Amino acid sequence: MSPSLLVLLNMKKNLVLQLKNISKSFGKVQANSNVSLDLYEGEILSLLGENGSGKTSLMNIVAGIYFPDSGSVEIKGEPVKITSPKDAFKYKIGMVHQHFKLVDIFTATENVVVGLDKKTRASILEDSENVKVQETKEQPKENILKRVFNFITKSNLKDSADRIKNICNKYGFVLDPNKRVCDMSVSEKQTLEIIKTLYRGVDILILDEPTAVLTPQEIDKLFAVLRKMKEAGKSIIIITHKLNEVMDISDRITVLRKGELIGTVNKVDTSIEQLTEMMVGQKTELNIERSEPKGKEKLLEVKNLSVKNAFGHDVLEDISFELKEGEILGIAGISGNGQKELLEAIAGVQPIANGEVIYHRLKKNKPVSFYHKSLNQIKTLASEGAFHTSKGEKVNFEGITNFEIRNRVNNGEILFNDNETMLLKGKNPREIRELGIHLAFVPEDRLGMGLVGNMNINENMMLRSYRKGNGPFLNFKKPRDTAEKIINELEVATTSANVQVKKLSGGNVQKVLVGREIAYAPSVFMVAYPVRGLDINSSYTIYNLLNKQKQNGVGIIYVGEDLDVLLALADRILVLCNGKVSGVVDARKVDKRELGALMLGK
Amino acid sequence: MFIRLLKEAFRLTPAFLFGSTGETLTEKSGHLNLGTPGIMCMGVAGGMIGINLYDKICGGFENASPVLTFIFVVFFALLLGALSGLIFSFFTVSLRCNQNVMGLAYTTFGIGFYGLIFKTIESSHFQSIFFYNNYCSTINTLFISDQACTNNFQYLFGANGVLWFMSFTIAIAVAVVLKRTKVGLFVRAVGENAGCADAAGINVSTYRYVTTIIGSAISALGGLYYFVEMNVGLLEFGNVDAYGWLAVALVIFTLWKTDLGILGAILFAFLFKLPEIYGLPSPQLNMLFQYLPYFVTIIILVMISAFDKKAAQAPGNLGIPYFREER
Repeated sequence: MSPSLLVLLNMKKNLVLQLKNISKSFGKVQANSNVSLDLYEGEILSLLGENGSGKTSLMNIVAGIYFPDSGSVEIKGEPVKITSPKDAFKYKIGMVHQHFKLVDIFTATENVVVGLDKKTRASILEDSENVKVQETKEQPKENILKRVFNFITKSNLKDSADRIKNICNKYGFVLDPNKRVCDMSVSEKQTLEIIKTLYRGVDILILDEPTAVLTPQEIDKLFAVLRKMKEAGKSIIIITHKLNEVMDISDRITVLRKGELIGTVNKVDTSIEQLTEMMVGQKTELNIERSEPKGKEKLLEVKNLSVKNAFGHDVLEDISFELKEGEILGIAGISGNGQKELLEAIAGVQPIANGEVIYHRLKKNKPVSFYHKSLNQIKTLASEGAFHTSKGEKVNFEGITNFEIRNRVNNGEILFNDNETMLLKGKNPREIRELGIHLAFVPEDRLGMGLVGNMNINENMMLRSYRKGNGPFLNFKKPRDTAEKIINELEVATTSANVQVKKLSGGNVQKVLVGREIAYAPSVFMVAYPVRGLDINSSYTIYNLLNKQKQNGVGIIYVGEDLDVLLALADRILVLCNGKVSGVVDARKVDKRELGALMLGK
Repeated sequence: MFIRLLKEAFRLTPAFLFGSTGETLTEKSGHLNLGTPGIMCMGVAGGMIGINLYDKICGGFENASPVLTFIFVVFFALLLGALSGLIFSFFTVSLRCNQNVMGLAYTTFGIGFYGLIFKTIESSHFQSIFFYNNYCSTINTLFISDQACTNNFQYLFGANGVLWFMSFTIAIAVAVVLKRTKVGLFVRAVGENAGCADAAGINVSTYRYVTTIIGSAISALGGLYYFVEMNVGLLEFGNVDAYGWLAVALVIFTLWKTDLGILGAILFAFLFKLPEIYGLPSPQLNMLFQYLPYFVTIIILVMISAFDKKAAQAPGNLGIPYFREER
């Protein structure tokens, strides 16, 4: 059959869901603008797009979690208003959220019947899935004694359990209706979520990143089930950003980028290359100044790093790279591919399963007095031959008085031969700090990991320095000065430094956090999504701050989601895919599409 | 002697049982209502208001009917309890206040309100202490009096007031509703994972309001019971709130199950009455025994966290307010 014929076949099918010019914004952020989408009966539609392209919010509109600002939703040609998940079920739409909505201590059956009142149950019984059960139900009425017995032995849920078994048999699920959710594996939970929607008799099933938590075998099983559902005439929308899965399962593919509809294509007519281009788009020029990296010395080295998550799966596998002084290393990748874990492993927050993080303290040709004050230490190091003089001679302290040694050191005549290497594996952030390593980390979750929302700016400054100073009382002077400095220099919009951080806007919170980390004079500066949710001006303030640090010789690791920014700001870009390095490229030479392909592991 | 101890323990049981049943119901919906001691005090206050009103209506003790007395007393206790639940829910659900702070504040308020009503009625020169005594004894022995009992079974179980039987009935009813019915399942879903319940189409706010109001009304009866049954209607400023705290402890002790709560309440009452009846040799030992209920509650808390069995734990969203983020 030729592709165009297939298209014709698709056209003949009934339209079940139509979105027309949907727009939705959250505050200043436009999640969807003028998105239209068609869904036919008995097809699988993939919704493809990068993070933040508005896939999930669009589907949440269909599922009744959000309400659109403008635009209309039509079901089988009739305009409808979906204001709650209950409404969505009324129109036979069910959504399996990325984070499952299940009650842990309930059994599968109990989870399925939660929220079903008599009315919805009646409509379920009308559904074809359940006709068989209904027939068996039309037996002569049981006597009261038996009903009381059933009530006491809890078999009032037995009908529901039977219906669940029926659904399982029909589509090939494997699930014990009496198993508690807390005893289930992730894939069982997902199965339960799908059954929950089927039980309510949905015709349109939306799956949000269903494969993100599954093993390859489980994905195959899921896809087999989805195909069966498709044969039974159900329409399915899958939100995903995995191209190979898209090509595997879907009939048509709709691509979103930055909240806008890029296009809808038939799978048979398209290729991975075309989809990649649709996803990442054309390069847009950004006006970010980029200087050449300054030094050549290695600052940070990551060797064969592996990190496991709480379930023992590898989230990072065999990561190796190095960071030089005065360079910005961009980290690209679809979020959830190990970026967070990588930064946390370096910062000492996340335990390292394998491999090593090596920090090079740049002492080469630097005066000894800068690092060491104790005479004994200097003497020991000198006897190990770690020094040379400013004239390039060997250092020999033998037969020289202590007074003279001190003089020579203080005059800056004695210099280090080599950089000092330090192993960071197994050290927590405090131990790293106590080694004198200035490692700054601006985490993704600003108010969760970076700042304390209920504390004011001064107090948040103190979180970095509270261990300093003597005596039981806090020293407020220095943090207050730092806070004032940040507010003035970064133009933080606040009435005073005594304002609670949570009351500031996102951009200002970020300025406070970045400012605090910079005030700490870092040598390695790690930032994760520093401009997420920020307007253009604030974003440029942050870019400029980073560039200034770069010129001071700081090594910067920048995790970003906007490829244009990465290409304009970074010197090199490391691409992560599924917890592995899929490439390290020169940001000045690489092309956006290549980057997109690397992100998708191609 | 032992029979007397059992009898006394049985008599005290509802004071704990009402409170714990109401609190369990509330907590199952995810509301940690630490206002229970205050609500029990409100129950006493409600009882006093009710009897005062009835006295004015019927024009004196001589014309009073026991049944109407009972209805007035219980109705006002329930009313004030329900009102307490409504206030608590309004603050925690609608105004999004912290549940712990609100509960503790309400306890303080309830004790104060009880004191206020008590002082007002005492100083209003209206009849004597025995007025209450007489009224309440009619409620007390609606069925059969202690003296008329012929055997131990009758003595232990028969010779009790209506409230006594109500406490057990309500405890069992609540257990059945929570465990065996759809509504109970929905309530538990709200308490375990409000976000999930919301996505399944359950109105979380309504469920929390209703369960808290019903639960508080039940708790209020505990205070009333203590007042009419244990104080035998004597106008005496009792420490009702102490029983309230024990009721809260009982909820944890019985692992949020109201049917187990019956046994727990009997055990608590037994430990409470043991030193009184047997007359322990030293006051220190006396205190030690009265401390035991708290102690076993701590042991239970340690045990449930040690075994980490999810089904035995507190409701998953206990004390956590639920706001659907944005719509």
